[in-house]
Amino acid sequence: MEWGLRGSALPPRRAWRLRVGAIVGFLVVWSALSGVVVVLRLFNPIFLPGPWLVIGKVLELGVKGDLWMHVGATLQRVAVGFVTGAMAALALGIMAGQVRVIRNLVEPIVELLRPIPPLAVLPLFIVWIGIGEASKVGFITYATFFPMFLTTVHGVRRIDPLLLRAAQSLGATSLQLFHRVILPAALPEILTGVRLGVALSFFVIVISEFIGAEHGLGYLINDGRNFFLVPQMLGAAVVLGLLGYAGNALVRLLERRVLRWQSPS
Amino acid sequence: MTPGPTKIHVQRVSKAFGADGRSAPALVDVELEVAERELLCILGPSGCGKSTLLNIVAGFIQPTSGSVLVDGAPVRGPGAERGVVFQEYVLFPWLTVAGNVEFGLVLKGLAAAERRRTVTRYLELVGLGAHAEKFPVQLSGGMKQRVAIARALANNPAIILMDEPFGALDAQTREVLQEELSRIQRVEHKTILFITHSIREAVYLADRVLVMTSAPGRIKQVFPIKLPEVRDRFSPEFTQYESAITRTVKEEVAKVHE
Repeated sequence: MEWGLRGSALPPRRAWRLRVGAIVGFLVVWSALSGVVVVLRLFNPIFLPGPWLVIGKVLELGVKGDLWMHVGATLQRVAVGFVTGAMAALALGIMAGQVRVIRNLVEPIVELLRPIPPLAVLPLFIVWIGIGEASKVGFITYATFFPMFLTTVHGVRRIDPLLLRAAQSLGATSLQLFHRVILPAALPEILTGVRLGVALSFFVIVISEFIGAEHGLGYLINDGRNFFLVPQMLGAAVVLGLLGYAGNALVRLLERRVLRWQSPS
Repeated sequence: MTPGPTKIHVQRVSKAFGADGRSAPALVDVELEVAERELLCILGPSGCGKSTLLNIVAGFIQPTSGSVLVDGAPVRGPGAERGVVFQEYVLFPWLTVAGNVEFGLVLKGLAAAERRRTVTRYLELVGLGAHAEKFPVQLSGGMKQRVAIARALANNPAIILMDEPFGALDAQTREVLQEELSRIQRVEHKTILFITHSIREAVYLADRVLVMTSAPGRIKQVFPIKLPEVRDRFSPEFTQYESAITRTVKEEVAKVHE
């Protein structure tokens, strides 16, 4: 149920038609614009290739096999970087959410570092760790850490203390409290953090692949810029968009499954 | 039912809150023995420290002085032999009704078949057999409190501590649950410490009713209730107990407003 929307509820089929229509309309307008450029000779049409050219380029890269290698490289960096950052954030966040001393130690540092846009520290990562794989993965780890840490701390802090008392008077040990109460009770916030972290990972990976990468979707975009291959740049961007969309959809699916108790049918 | 040997011994317990431990005395020198299989109701004006007393027996908070003995051994923290039923139900929202009732049994590492048997038995006892797979958000207040009672009973504690368990329910549901608790107690014979605001509830349920003074809380008077196990809220004897206790409680409530 969504509140504050104007208009009466749409029947599902009509809603779907509107959604698909919007995408088709977008492609039509894009085609028309690039067509106008060609017909009226406004500027070199190489700057604004039509959608079919871009899709064609993506298919071509897909058939040639290069695309999968680039997608694989990007996904692997995102996966390793995100999982490392998420684990660190989860461990520190749960401790900071429960132990006052740890919170007072960790929070000021996080609060000082958090407002710095992660992109601003990318050059530092390169200076410190070098231009190879480690700095790219490390950079994603760094960027993922902050949203995951903050949502985890928030999730743990807002646990009803009575839940802990109830579990203790049913005989829970501290270890059982942790995985049978604290973890499931904080899970909604933790999953929000996962969603933010995944989105941010895709956001920052591209830029780190601009610098000193030999493959990856960010490399494809940068390579396209160097050689003026606009369809390749747009194609790689489209693939990134699809990957980000899929990642988000995956986390949402996970949320619906594990948080079914919030709105069971 | 004849009371057994002393199960809970509250030994000269005092509790003061505040950083210096002196600012706000909540309980002063409470001395109390609860017999095995006894249902003891504690009555008193708001803020008299009755919930504090229950929290000390539960082991959630430590007394400033004095101690609580259960079977002669001092209470050091919360434990499975003292089940607690809270006014706010406090179910685990991510677990089903069955999952909640099973919680303590899972902690003990019991086998699935045995857990299922116990869960079924106690859900039947509280009349929720048909709702085992529902989640807490799908239940009414009365149903949630039945789950909480089943969860406490399934864990088989010797003692159950109930902190105004029916306080948030409407009048009808409240009476139904009082009747059910009375029926369950005739089967289960737990030692129950029951905090309430309601004099009628206390007379209906208790073997003894203990009235506390207004803050700081002390024990003012103890009323043994000599009524049959199955009680009639409209019998003259019931009404006599009710009015006698009401007079005592009113004295304390009046003090709060002076």
